[in-house]
Amino acid sequence: MRFSRTLTAALMCSGILAGAASAQTLVYCSEGSPEGFDPALFTSGTTFDASEHPIYDKLVLFETGTTNVIPGLAETWEVSEDGLEYTFHLRQGVKFHSNDQFTPTRDFNADDVIFSFERQWKDDNPYKTVSGGTWEYFEGMSMPDLLNEIVKVDDYTVKFVLNRPEAPMIANLAMGLASIVSKEYADAMLEAGTPEMLNQAPIGTGAFKFVDYQKDAVIRYVRNDEYWREPAAIENLVFAITPDASVRYQKLKAGECHVMPYPNPADIQAMRDDPDVNLLEQEGLNVGYLAYNTQMAPFDNPKVRKALNMAIDKQAIIDVVFQGSGVIAKNPIPPTIWSYNDAVVDDPYDPEAAKAMLAEEGITDLSMKVWAMPVQRPYNPNARRMAELIQEDFAQVGVDVEVVSYEWGEYLSRSKELDRDGAVLLGWTGDNGDPDNFLAVLLGCDSVGDANRAQWCYEPFDDLIQKAKVLSDQGERAKLYEEAQVVFKEQAPWATIAHSTVFMPVRPEVEGYKVHPFGGHIFYGVSLAE
Amino acid sequence: MLNFFLSRLLTFIPTFIGVTLIAFSFIRVLPGDPIIVMAGERGMSEERYAELQTQFGFDQPIFIQYWDYMTGVLQGDLGQSFVTKKPVFDEFFALFPATLELSICAITLAILLGIPAGVIAAINRGKFFDRALMSSALVGYSMPIFWWALLMIIVFSGILGWTPVSGRISLMYFFDDVTGFMLIDSLLSGQKGAFASAVSHLILPTIVLATIPLAVIARQTRSAMLEVLSEDYIRTARAKGLPPARITYVHALRNALIPVITVIGLLVGTLLAGAILTETIFSWPGIGKWMVDSIYRRDYPVVQGGLILIAVMVMVVNLTVDVLYGLINPKIRKA
Repeated sequence: MRFSRTLTAALMCSGILAGAASAQTLVYCSEGSPEGFDPALFTSGTTFDASEHPIYDKLVLFETGTTNVIPGLAETWEVSEDGLEYTFHLRQGVKFHSNDQFTPTRDFNADDVIFSFERQWKDDNPYKTVSGGTWEYFEGMSMPDLLNEIVKVDDYTVKFVLNRPEAPMIANLAMGLASIVSKEYADAMLEAGTPEMLNQAPIGTGAFKFVDYQKDAVIRYVRNDEYWREPAAIENLVFAITPDASVRYQKLKAGECHVMPYPNPADIQAMRDDPDVNLLEQEGLNVGYLAYNTQMAPFDNPKVRKALNMAIDKQAIIDVVFQGSGVIAKNPIPPTIWSYNDAVVDDPYDPEAAKAMLAEEGITDLSMKVWAMPVQRPYNPNARRMAELIQEDFAQVGVDVEVVSYEWGEYLSRSKELDRDGAVLLGWTGDNGDPDNFLAVLLGCDSVGDANRAQWCYEPFDDLIQKAKVLSDQGERAKLYEEAQVVFKEQAPWATIAHSTVFMPVRPEVEGYKVHPFGGHIFYGVSLAE
Repeated sequence: MLNFFLSRLLTFIPTFIGVTLIAFSFIRVLPGDPIIVMAGERGMSEERYAELQTQFGFDQPIFIQYWDYMTGVLQGDLGQSFVTKKPVFDEFFALFPATLELSICAITLAILLGIPAGVIAAINRGKFFDRALMSSALVGYSMPIFWWALLMIIVFSGILGWTPVSGRISLMYFFDDVTGFMLIDSLLSGQKGAFASAVSHLILPTIVLATIPLAVIARQTRSAMLEVLSEDYIRTARAKGLPPARITYVHALRNALIPVITVIGLLVGTLLAGAILTETIFSWPGIGKWMVDSIYRRDYPVVQGGLILIAVMVMVVNLTVDVLYGLINPKIRKA
């Protein structure tokens, strides 16, 4: 995995010998080790940070810091009237990286696009099972059901033919699973009998070239001077893997790194007051919720659900569980997503009214379970504590709560059961910035018994999101989603709890860093002040 | 001596089979399905689940899975990580030198300070030094490592700026792994200042990791010495007028060392099994954190392979300790 070591060592040292804080070298104290360097093989954000963002490009890209889709390796595209054909016109003159084992003989073209998808999709593709490929994201986004064929029209034109109209298709193609890999490199590695090198020694077209990975310690990249956009301002990018958040903060203060992710909520105030730290923040693209089982009495009654929602003191949850690093959620989608309906009024916190509403529905001695996740997530940093707060809130309105938890795998599978006993704390982080990725996946009728933990299938709501899914006009889609959020609020299948705030502490000399709503950490466009 | 060594070596076989059985069943006894954990909140269809079960061999009866696994193990194939898709063997040996280097430094520090401290405490029994030392040992033994490590970082790296915060070497040095031991590789690299950087990065994690073994060794040495010093042959040696230093360090310490070596052997095993907290806090790329992460992810091949390899290492250490017993006390060889 070490390429052009002497040359690269010289390059790296030329930048770093002036000290880790050199203007040419940016050190990012990452929170963990990547699983590999082929973003299509994995699903974790840590892996995307180390692979998708620095090394690869997609046909279309998310504009850094927003959920807007902009041209990437495709300069333009058209969608057919029936929404079934997407034709992409590819950028010419785009160079792939090279390493010790491979030097490209041609520029990026349609063959690379087709290979990048078919390796995840077609059973007869030799790369389908390489590196134990399970292609979780490609499968999870239902791409095998969606894609009919991918056609090479000419070297610089590719047509995706779908089985059904799917408005979020373009946004799907900006995700990590759609990273474009070099077919020529893949063929060369297959011939050499080392196809797993595609994952271990990645070759992309991105702003940074992979140099070296020392497991659990450090990843090094060097600027791609032949990048099709303006080359990055920083010459060397180094990921110093630092799993402990307190230690990351110490390293940031000591100038041993320039950017750190995931600070401890308890350190946020100290960071605000620290002259060595510039604390950036943005609302995360996620939602944490409590899903009732709407197929089990008395939670099949929207008024009961509504009353319980009114008994939850969400502000206390934000203060105690999120320690201020979150905002109250009123809709099932975060405010950073287009079509967010700000006109929706949240259920007020009113235990007295909640108690009266429950009494009206004949609920006097309700006992229920609240499930607390055993893991930490940005949308729920401490589910046990959150469940205990809800337990106290529900006790105020005469509802007795037992908090239960299971091992994470068990939790995920048992919570899907239609006859599940109790309300489940869970959440979701968006994949592609499209409202469909929240509303259809988490609340659609097709997802009952699966990701729809409320087991909620409500026709008026489902009609709206199904209609929106096949329209190509974003304005029309937004209207339907706004309406769907109103229906959601009336029916209350969930208590929407919170959207986390993403904090990014950076050194004051870091310029141009934007907090990405998807949670990724992107260093193209970042520079260091002298 | 050869017979003694071979008889100890023979006990390896049943122990190894036992370890593979435990390693194989341990992770499967835990609740949680690796495929569901892999899919996360997104979930997967039943067809896809069945497909992956077949791909990973989970649709086979458990004894066939074990048989297949053991066939691989005996051929040196410990399988491939579900998560990184890399061979377990390669991952283990990429990380193990870091753990070994840190463990050797920590145990060396603990021995170099712990044994003399225990001896001095024993010969000054009941005096101020003895009490101070034993109280410090108790504090060292009971200190939460997590808190202790952070305190050291904040004081020595944050406030005083004497040592780096974490990692194995400064990012300015970049060279090939030859042995995996940073102290050796930094010397071999010939880069100016690399060795000093590697040493400075070792200081805090070594102190933190050595704290508990140091306390244990000091206490063990003290009690063993006290026992030996009250023996008849020591009294005889004193009566014969031998110098006190000779009595203490030649006659008493040699016998007192037997239980101390036992304890050191056990401590080395524990350290090798992964100084999980120390490695996590100091971003030390060793096997401790690798194993814990794998348990959370239900990465069966890594947990199984890692346990087997660690168990083999511990068995080797125990064998070495047994051989050392034989060298120190010839009676044991004949037992």
